[in-house]
Amino acid sequence: MRHRPPSSVLARLPLDLSADLQFVTRVLILTQEEIVLAMPEDDTVIEARWRIEPGDQLRLTDHAGLGLLQLNDANHSKAQWRFTLSHRQAAEAFAAQFNSTNAAPSSPLALASTEPAALWPEEALNDATPPSTWTLFRLWRFAKPYKGQLLLGFLLTLAATAATLVPPYLTMPLMDDVLIPFQNGVAIEQSTVLKYLAGLLGAALVAWSLGWARTYILSRVSERIGADIRTATYSHLMNLSLDYFGSKRTGDLMARIGSETDRINLFLSLHLLDFFTDVLMILMTVTILFSINPWLALVTLIPLPIIAWMIHIVRDRLRTGFERVDRVWSQVTNILSDTIPGIRVVKAFSQEARESERFHQANQLNLKVNDRVNRTWSLFAPTVTALTEFGLLIVWAFGIWQVSQGAITVGILTAFLAYIGRFYSRMDSMSRIVSVTQKTAAGTKRIFDILDHTASVPNPKHPESLSGRKAAIELNQVSFRHGNRGILHHINLKIKPGSMVGLVGHSGSGKTTLVNLIARFYDASAGSITLDGTDIRQFNVADYRRQIGLVLQEPFLFFGTVAENIAYGKANATPAEIIAAARAAHAHEFILKLPHGYDSLVGERGQSLSGGERQRISIARALLIDPKILILDEATASVDTETEREIQQALDNLVQGRTTIAIAHRLSTLRQADMLVVLDQGRIVETGQHAELLKRQGHYYRLYQAQIKLNESAELNDNEPICAPPNAAEGHHHVAS
Amino acid sequence: MLPANLELSLDAFNQLLMHTPGTAAPIPVTPVRAFPIAAPDDAIALVDNHGSERLWIEHLTDLTPDNAQRVRQTLASREMTPLILRINHVSRFATPSVWQIETNHGATELTLKTEDDIRPLPSGGYLVADTFGLQFKIPPRSQLDRQSQRYLARFL
Repeated sequence: MRHRPPSSVLARLPLDLSADLQFVTRVLILTQEEIVLAMPEDDTVIEARWRIEPGDQLRLTDHAGLGLLQLNDANHSKAQWRFTLSHRQAAEAFAAQFNSTNAAPSSPLALASTEPAALWPEEALNDATPPSTWTLFRLWRFAKPYKGQLLLGFLLTLAATAATLVPPYLTMPLMDDVLIPFQNGVAIEQSTVLKYLAGLLGAALVAWSLGWARTYILSRVSERIGADIRTATYSHLMNLSLDYFGSKRTGDLMARIGSETDRINLFLSLHLLDFFTDVLMILMTVTILFSINPWLALVTLIPLPIIAWMIHIVRDRLRTGFERVDRVWSQVTNILSDTIPGIRVVKAFSQEARESERFHQANQLNLKVNDRVNRTWSLFAPTVTALTEFGLLIVWAFGIWQVSQGAITVGILTAFLAYIGRFYSRMDSMSRIVSVTQKTAAGTKRIFDILDHTASVPNPKHPESLSGRKAAIELNQVSFRHGNRGILHHINLKIKPGSMVGLVGHSGSGKTTLVNLIARFYDASAGSITLDGTDIRQFNVADYRRQIGLVLQEPFLFFGTVAENIAYGKANATPAEIIAAARAAHAHEFILKLPHGYDSLVGERGQSLSGGERQRISIARALLIDPKILILDEATASVDTETEREIQQALDNLVQGRTTIAIAHRLSTLRQADMLVVLDQGRIVETGQHAELLKRQGHYYRLYQAQIKLNESAELNDNEPICAPPNAAEGHHHVAS
Repeated sequence: MLPANLELSLDAFNQLLMHTPGTAAPIPVTPVRAFPIAAPDDAIALVDNHGSERLWIEHLTDLTPDNAQRVRQTLASREMTPLILRINHVSRFATPSVWQIETNHGATELTLKTEDDIRPLPSGGYLVADTFGLQFKIPPRSQLDRQSQRYLARFL
């Protein structure tokens, strides 16, 4: 149907799904009076139109990757359109446009922002180069600093190769001028023989010393390039945002930085060097052969294109195969990095056999994949060898015929055979370069996958200064989504400098996500977070985080001494500072009880310390950097009541004079908060102080009642409180200080 | 156990309502599959706006045909996991890669962000999440044509 085109288009939304969820493309057009569904290329081909009446609302929801836009009036839904979330931006803009022109100003859906395009920076797909052999050229970035040494290595290679080509050349006069005349009765002239033998010896010695120098210099360089790659990859990895680590497995990342860089290293120092020498040798040999006898040279080179063609065919299959081998290999390491940290759980549930079986299966898969690659590979190498023999046969046959015709001498034939032996044996080893190149290209691609990944928490070009900030935090219409799930929706919150805010809510209500956004572990999908009026995206990320002290539910201690762990955020801290922080964190006394005091080593996860002790060390760590903003994420959740009181005291020291955001499951720990924020399903449902919220009898009241009941029943059951009773916050007299 | 006089209905906004006559007013609920991959038609919860479970349905067949139909209808309009029938083309073998595919919901394209977004299923097939969060199902490899198999193999 052709109709008049819609007048004055206000917004357009490309739709890629029909009402019954088939993939079709249409476009939804918003005008002043109506919404029009039209064909994507031509606005005048209209499928349907809906008049907009006063009171109509546009409702935008999404679930599991599908977006739904509904046009509703007060009583019913007039129309519904579906799309995949690739058009979410456009949909939000569309709805915002609709609601700003049509709906009442109080509409909850009227979005504040009119620039949705700027809100989704993370969705720009970063284009990486495809993993062809060309990927290897990207390694030049790392080779550049060693240009001079590489050039020297190249010249040495050239000279060494030339030297190795001298001996076969000398066989020619030896044969023609000495041996054959001798057989025909001419006596051997000693000086001539000595001259040639000296030439042979000299060439060997020169080739040996040049070869040594070349290999030494180039191995040194490639070892350094390998180290540079490893360091660069690791430091790039460290700077990536948390969500990258969330989506990658530890074993995989470890394999990439460990074995892939090693492979590149080996490739550069060994295979590439050999290959390069081989190419040089072949070029030189070909030149020499042609200079001796062009016809014989041509015949000799006949098998060369065949071999090159074979290499080309097998190339693709091998590359795919090796990529698979890599992936399966990281599956094997993944199982290791999965189970070894969880070994207590494995043993507690006596699943050792199951884990062994899992590993066995991954190993079997590894075998299978390797077998498949080897099948191709094993056929490849002998074929090249066979072709070599075949090539020699041709030279023999053609050469003997030529000799019989008197076209060439026996010496020339011998020299050709000597050259060709080397020549083809190099072809054989050169063919190996295919597989290593492919393997290395695959490895390089996996390294550059990391290097190409830009942090989704970017640093601004011109960062704002952070000095002299009072740390007032304001959240303005903040939303966050992860994959297809909306986690936070339109959060507005003002936190006064120096005040303490408690975040309360069921687990999964978005508390930790909110805190992660404030710490800029992620950037908000929409809306903004400001520190003293400046958007936190305008600060340098590292400088900004330095203002934040973080105490987590599971304190992580690195391998090292207690003092090093406390000084983690400030490596140049004096012992006096460390001890002051430990004292304030109530950690000083138990540290003194350790066998080596502050010099005691704590294990991989601080295993020789109890949960409470580790937590107090992590509090001391946060205290030492003297942060303006403090984030406590369930800091006392995983310890018993007694320890909690000790930690609570330590925390009280920490909180003073800082803007504090605390998440706690036990509401009792948040009673001194200046403001409580109750979150439910990613929205703020209540804010206020403890007493005020209790009076309101809403969400907070229900949460609170539930905990009191829990405590009572726990006391009834085993006469021992599991959680601190709500009035125990004042009960500090229990604790010896 | 399911209440005998349970009534499920759709309101004018296409919202599923759960009503047990004689008790409180109808409440808007959302059906949620407990095992969307392993057993999509079993174990469905009706969840209210606060995320609390209001009804547990062991099998859809336990409901009256009318009620079951409404649950199915709501689920069908909310969720879709297109089954990939054919991979016509992939932009390249490195990720991100754009695949031109044919599905049981028609032809479309999907953007694969990383290879980790392909998850093997116990049935032998795969589940692919595109960058925008839509999930696609891939049947076991033997059921695909050779070309699709070859494309897929490069990502597994």
